[in-house]
Amino acid sequence: MADPVTKHPTLIEGARASRTSIALKFLMAVSGLVFVGFVLGHMYGNLKAFAGHDAFNEYAHHLRELGEPMLPHEGFLWIMRVGLLVALVVHVWAAVALWRRAQKARPIKYVVKKHTGAIPASRLMRTGGLTILIFLVWHLINFTIGKVNVQGGETDDPYNLLVDTFDVWWMTLIYLAAMAMLGAHLHHGVWSACQTLGITGTAQSRARAKTLSLALAIVIAGGFSLVPIAVLAGIID
Amino acid sequence: MTDMPDTTLTSDTSHDEPTAGEYDDAAGYYTLGDPIQDAKAPAGPIADRWQTRKFEARLVNPANRRKLSIIIVGTGLAGGAAAATLGEAGYNVKSFCYQDSARRAHSIAAQGGINAAKNYKEDGDSVHRLFYDTVKGGDYRSRESNVYRLAEVSVNIIDQCVAQGVPFAREYGGLLDNRSFGGVQVSRTFYARGQTGQQLLIGAYQAMERQVAAGTVEEFTRHEMLEVIVADGRARGIIARDMVTGEIETHLADVVVLASGGYGNVFYLSTNAMGSNVTAAWRAHRKGAYMANPCYTQIHPTCIPVSGEHQSKLTLMSESLRNDGRIWVPKKKEDCTKDPRDIPEEDRDYYLERIYPSFGNLVPRDIASRQAKNVCDEGRGVGPLVGDFRRGVYLDFADAIKRLGEDAVREKYDNLFDMYERITGENPYQVPMRIYPAVHYVMGGLWVDYDLQSTIPGLFVTGEANFSDHGANRLGASALMQGLADGYFVLPHTIRDYLSEGPFEKIDESHEAVVEARKSVEDRVAKLLSINGTRSVDSYHKELGHIMWEYCGMERTAEGLRKAIDMIRELRADFWTNVKVLGAADTLNQSLEKAGRVADFFELGELMCIDALNRRESCGGHFRAESQTEDGEALRHDDEFAYVAAWEFTEGDEPPVLHKEDLVYTAIEMKQRSYK
Amino acid sequence: MTDGMNLTLNIWRQTGPDDKGSIHSYQVEGISSDMSFLEMLDVLNEQLNARGEEPIAFDSDCREGICGMCSLMINGEAHGPEVTTTCQLHMRSFKDGDTITIEPWRASAFPVIKDLVVDRGALDRIIQSGGYISANTGSAPEANSVPVPRDKAMRAFNVATCIGCGACVAACPNGSASLFVGAKITHLGELPQGQPERYSRVVDMVGQHDHEGFGGCTNIGECAAACPKEIPLDVISQLNKDLRTALKQGH
Repeated sequence: MADPVTKHPTLIEGARASRTSIALKFLMAVSGLVFVGFVLGHMYGNLKAFAGHDAFNEYAHHLRELGEPMLPHEGFLWIMRVGLLVALVVHVWAAVALWRRAQKARPIKYVVKKHTGAIPASRLMRTGGLTILIFLVWHLINFTIGKVNVQGGETDDPYNLLVDTFDVWWMTLIYLAAMAMLGAHLHHGVWSACQTLGITGTAQSRARAKTLSLALAIVIAGGFSLVPIAVLAGIID
Repeated sequence: MTDMPDTTLTSDTSHDEPTAGEYDDAAGYYTLGDPIQDAKAPAGPIADRWQTRKFEARLVNPANRRKLSIIIVGTGLAGGAAAATLGEAGYNVKSFCYQDSARRAHSIAAQGGINAAKNYKEDGDSVHRLFYDTVKGGDYRSRESNVYRLAEVSVNIIDQCVAQGVPFAREYGGLLDNRSFGGVQVSRTFYARGQTGQQLLIGAYQAMERQVAAGTVEEFTRHEMLEVIVADGRARGIIARDMVTGEIETHLADVVVLASGGYGNVFYLSTNAMGSNVTAAWRAHRKGAYMANPCYTQIHPTCIPVSGEHQSKLTLMSESLRNDGRIWVPKKKEDCTKDPRDIPEEDRDYYLERIYPSFGNLVPRDIASRQAKNVCDEGRGVGPLVGDFRRGVYLDFADAIKRLGEDAVREKYDNLFDMYERITGENPYQVPMRIYPAVHYVMGGLWVDYDLQSTIPGLFVTGEANFSDHGANRLGASALMQGLADGYFVLPHTIRDYLSEGPFEKIDESHEAVVEARKSVEDRVAKLLSINGTRSVDSYHKELGHIMWEYCGMERTAEGLRKAIDMIRELRADFWTNVKVLGAADTLNQSLEKAGRVADFFELGELMCIDALNRRESCGGHFRAESQTEDGEALRHDDEFAYVAAWEFTEGDEPPVLHKEDLVYTAIEMKQRSYK
Repeated sequence: MTDGMNLTLNIWRQTGPDDKGSIHSYQVEGISSDMSFLEMLDVLNEQLNARGEEPIAFDSDCREGICGMCSLMINGEAHGPEVTTTCQLHMRSFKDGDTITIEPWRASAFPVIKDLVVDRGALDRIIQSGGYISANTGSAPEANSVPVPRDKAMRAFNVATCIGCGACVAACPNGSASLFVGAKITHLGELPQGQPERYSRVVDMVGQHDHEGFGGCTNIGECAAACPKEIPLDVISQLNKDLRTALKQGH
């Protein structure tokens, strides 16, 4: 009888650090931190909307010229795009691998299970991540690749596209919901990355990492939300 | 300093009471056999004996070691350490435990610490003093050469454990810390907060797991040894039951080591683990290994009292608590139900401080326990009524908190205080703790010679399962020392001498000894399952425990012991006709496991009573009411009882045979203990 | 006993590794609040035995919170609602009329043997793969020859209190044993004696951890909340850090 209880898996030989589940987590952490840097910059750019039409468009244009003449036109932008794409692939791939591993690790679920010790955000990482991914696709179609103006207005003026988009209440709602998810994702994700990178070895540093992740979550999600709310409220038009 | 030789009372042989020789209390319950002797300890000065023995022990060529197989039953300090060490040496080791992992053996529960004669405190400790204290603490009923060796190797144990990563307590300078423990007046106890046993066991376990990975040790967890195979006069293997599949397995080897722990669970309630049992040792006893001093039981004074009939086990709290806590009961019976904080100082009886002004609350375990029983028997116990008595005394930290501050007390004892609060629901920082003695350790066990070999050639016994080092009473922090001494430093040398004669002639499963052993196990399992009576195994175990505690506990009388023997025989007969064991043999069946263990406890309990009946003297953990001084202290009779009682099993209704090993002391003078 | 609690127990029963298993419901009456949780199950088992039903199999041994043998998922929490082991959980944590659901640890690396009993051999194998310091008996230097800074010794001790019960795995939504592995890595890694094998140890232990089918850690923290010995989450940080260093050193 192939008895699962008495059959002893042997010890593995030649284990490699790069083949472990922790190595996957490193990839998650590093690619995640790339996104944190990106969204911080992105948010800063968005806030230019408060400075008016010209300032915002100039900023968008400047991004294309950044690094010139060392870099070709739009060079920086493309480097960033490629970098982000790689990070995205890595982040999603590692997440799927870890998710599948978790599924296999507990095939039979508990009848009753409490989640003592877990913050709600930590339990939203997978669904939240998926939501953000779907949002990202729409967001790129909306503003970058497709340039869809739901009001049918012009699309090659970034500021006007932004205002037209968030003038529509349900667009703002989608956007805010996505930012809430992003906030939750960062709230656990930043802390988790610190932990994964092994920089939270004491109770103190753990508390600091938790504060930092909450602060980043609030600043980023809040910062992004300001512009659409301002547009909808008529502060930006 | 009453610990110094010149201030203790010398043996008082001039008393007027009749000497024990005029009685033979156990007449009719035993027959007297030939005396027995340890033939392995070399002669000569005691300090040289172990070196001599190690040198004389024959060697085994490293290339031959892998051809030699060793079975070790039990994975506690003695068994785990031995498996690791013998595995490292290159022998083929098979290790068995009934738990689901080797790391769970009950050594893990030892709290206080481990003694070693390192003399790091420069307070006058030495190998000789540790030896002296251990023999004296054991009330001169241990074998001196074994004890000396124990003290000698104690220093190596600490080195070994530190090298393995055992996180002992340290001072700010990074060096090891020591404390004084259990009434000893030098600081020789190494500790890891209140979890010393756990840390030492994990060290041994990890060393053993390393050998599992190396392929020299094969582990069999959830396996219970049910019979020893004795073929052509040698122990050659065991029959074990795989507790998961129920399969009865035969394991053969060149030598068998029992490191299966103590049998305190014969009392049902004890501080032992639920699964601790005598079966491995008892099966060996039935096959010819003598059982020595089975009546020597250590009753630990600082346990959490019983709260009701449902109680399944007792929890010990480290006796380090006695360093700062003061033990008392009310002077008046009517105060026993009052809130202790409302009882004024003058109405409290700090009875240990009163009776033993020099040692006070730090008297040895046996004395602290018996006095607690005495005050409770007088009706001055506290806590809930259990049966007819309140079984508890106060251990009060109010003075310590006043003197040192609550924070200092918390730092020292917080894990113990937390444990107490969790179990009782009372906060010991505010209300005095209640404590009561509980069976904790057995000094008795299978008889072994200096090589730790039993009377069956090829059957070695280590740790609590043997009898040799603690005499009639064990000192605090010495059990861990003995387990690791046996496992790391003694057995690997002595077993080598035996194995140098091997490999022995190959036997297989068709050997008649194997067939017979297997059949007896199978028959017994089938019998237990087929009785299908009306009473559960636990109910029998509880009743047996009650008999043992009542008549073979802290105070024993000839009349009580005879009564107990009759009661046990009756109960045992009833068990074999009326026990109800449900379930099947070929699956995990916890009732069946318990039934087999309880069946052996009946036979052991009877022998303990016979041994106690025979020993009409009071020594260490064995207090005979007939042998006490005028003021109620234990009275030894060295003229009559300075011997090890080694019992031989006899088939059928024949009474057991008593073989006496005379205890000869060359390096120490026998004295009556006094802690006044 | 006249007073006491009456409880409904929903208990997972499974006759063997191959059985599908299901929840069965039992009633117990007159339970004293001074009983331990396992003594309450003893009472139930005595009742079952008396009426000819096979008692419920569950693990326990020392019953004083140190051996790590007891397990049980109690109302969705490993070792129940208090920060302690199941054997040290007392019925005063419950009240009359409560319904208590009792399940075995759930993880593919911990297959159920029977009822509430699981096989935790995977944890032993993780130790075998490197959770030790190689120090053959007799080869040890004098114990005080290597001083250990007290704070490092303290940290090593604090995490060496792990009892290997598996509650961290049971509680973890990913079925990860990272807290267990991290505790051992930190214990041995804090001590000077543990340095020579420090980085091969972490790679081998994590490799075995993954091989056994435990999940990856997502730093949620349910493990540390369930740990009866309160081993903090920073051991996982230490584990990650040591693995990162091992990666850099080419292990």
